[in-house]
Amino acid sequence: MKRPQKFEETARQIRKLGVILFLFFGAIAGIVLYLMVDPTLSAFHPRPKVELSETPIPDVEEDNDFDTIENGVHLRTGFVEGEGLMTVVNNCTNCHSAKLVTQNRMTREGWQATIQWMQETQNLWDLGKNEAIIVEYLATYYAPQKKGRRENLSPIEWYELQ
Amino acid sequence: MDRRKFTSSLSFVAMGSILGAPVVFGKLMPKGYIPLGLQDPDPFKLFDKDKQMVILNDRPWNMEAQAHLLDDKVTPNKYMFIRNNGKIPERIDPDTWTLTIDGEAVKRPKRYTLEELKRAFGTHTYQLTLECGGNGRSEFNPPAKGNQWTVGAVSCAQWTGIRLRDILEDVGFGENAVYIGYHAADTHLSGDAGKAPISRGVPMKKALQDETLIAFKMNGKDIPLVHGHPLRLVCGGWPASASGKWLKRISVRDKVHDGAKMTGSSYRIPCHPVAPGEKVPDEEMCIIESMPVKSLITFPKTGALLKKGQELRIRGHAWAGELEVSRMQYSIDFGSTWRDCPLEKPVNRLAWQHFSATIAFPEEGYYEVWAKATDSQGKSQPMVLPGWNPKGYLNNACHRIAVKIG
Repeated sequence: MKRPQKFEETARQIRKLGVILFLFFGAIAGIVLYLMVDPTLSAFHPRPKVELSETPIPDVEEDNDFDTIENGVHLRTGFVEGEGLMTVVNNCTNCHSAKLVTQNRMTREGWQATIQWMQETQNLWDLGKNEAIIVEYLATYYAPQKKGRRENLSPIEWYELQ
Repeated sequence: MDRRKFTSSLSFVAMGSILGAPVVFGKLMPKGYIPLGLQDPDPFKLFDKDKQMVILNDRPWNMEAQAHLLDDKVTPNKYMFIRNNGKIPERIDPDTWTLTIDGEAVKRPKRYTLEELKRAFGTHTYQLTLECGGNGRSEFNPPAKGNQWTVGAVSCAQWTGIRLRDILEDVGFGENAVYIGYHAADTHLSGDAGKAPISRGVPMKKALQDETLIAFKMNGKDIPLVHGHPLRLVCGGWPASASGKWLKRISVRDKVHDGAKMTGSSYRIPCHPVAPGEKVPDEEMCIIESMPVKSLITFPKTGALLKKGQELRIRGHAWAGELEVSRMQYSIDFGSTWRDCPLEKPVNRLAWQHFSATIAFPEEGYYEVWAKATDSQGKSQPMVLPGWNPKGYLNNACHRIAVKIG
């Protein structure tokens, strides 16, 4: 082998070695860098079956149809129309659903005691002047009806049984 | 209106239309929060429930079955009632989930991963009746506060897991152990991270029963999210609130557990009988333990029209908390006469039992078929509402269906 050829051959080998070393250390650096970001290698685990992902939702302008009342019922909550309705909507549907209110029937004392219980144990805020308005509304429109010791079956949807 | 606001309000309109209802506090919704409903817009699809299930409450989620939906011998998920007290935990990862055992009466507090639990202890499967303490509340007079359950807050699914007793023996407990209390991953409706929506428990005697499980499977599959995935305490025959979902920690207490909904009037009834509507001070309210004897006609659905001479085949289930049902009867004349009907043995202790009967009606007209179960201690279901109590628990009055002949 001639001298210049041998020199070129050596140069090629050195270059090759350099590339291999570069890739090798590069790969190690990459792994180390990844481990710093994700020490539990979570990206390689299968995603848990139950995951509620997050995507940002921008905030919004108020809709004009937000408080529509139809046939005496406030559509978005199901509360019946009456004095104090919006005070009830604004104070009683922040934590729980309106359904928890509308499925119940209580006397004035009962509603009053429920508000007090929520304030004492469930983080309900001081309702101030609104409390009287809310209790009045609930005691008027969601008052108990006498049911006796056992009611008739109703309504019955009749169907033919083959 | 600028462009950003326009597009953002559009997104709420879109969300509202998918949910089938406007996004009520859209303005107040924290950025980055996706309403649970939007994961799948339909709660029936979201929880894999049948469309005939009845939603009582959507924040927190409460949904009940109707009598005719509970006809299966083993309740499938689609007909299982949902009773939640707080918000369903988000981002549950079974791989990193742990169960901690601690408390005043524990000898060696310990934390287990799910894998460790499954590896270290034997697995057992039981069919267990879970009934909400407030099932039947809607009938009480004067009415009682809370979700107005009718008859459908009961289920009897097959639960697979390890015995709580095996874990308690592994950590060891002292003679001062009185009660176990569970702590779970669900969060309080008010958003207060320091508040547990519910943290109940059972006395040691119940905790150490064979059938008291730390379950990881329901009906042979991973427990559905809304029923406590990935781990649930299951105490069959007791108010279902004793069966804590999304279980993270169990404390072995040296006194009666005092977590959320253990105290005050929650899951308690007057220690002595009271008149309807009577006020009962908290200190005279006693914790409910075993549920009372009860039964349900699951076939046919109420409202059946039959031709004259056509026989009616009925079937259903009966259960009695810690006890077994020893006798099953039905009446078609409002309790004037009762007939016995065949009743199967439970597949295991604390599982409901199945009954069936063939009824011939004497003449045309309106009938009600009433069912009455009697437990092994001779106690039967009352035909009228049982003892009134302030929170409307334990209504085990006879179930009935309407039938018309001719």
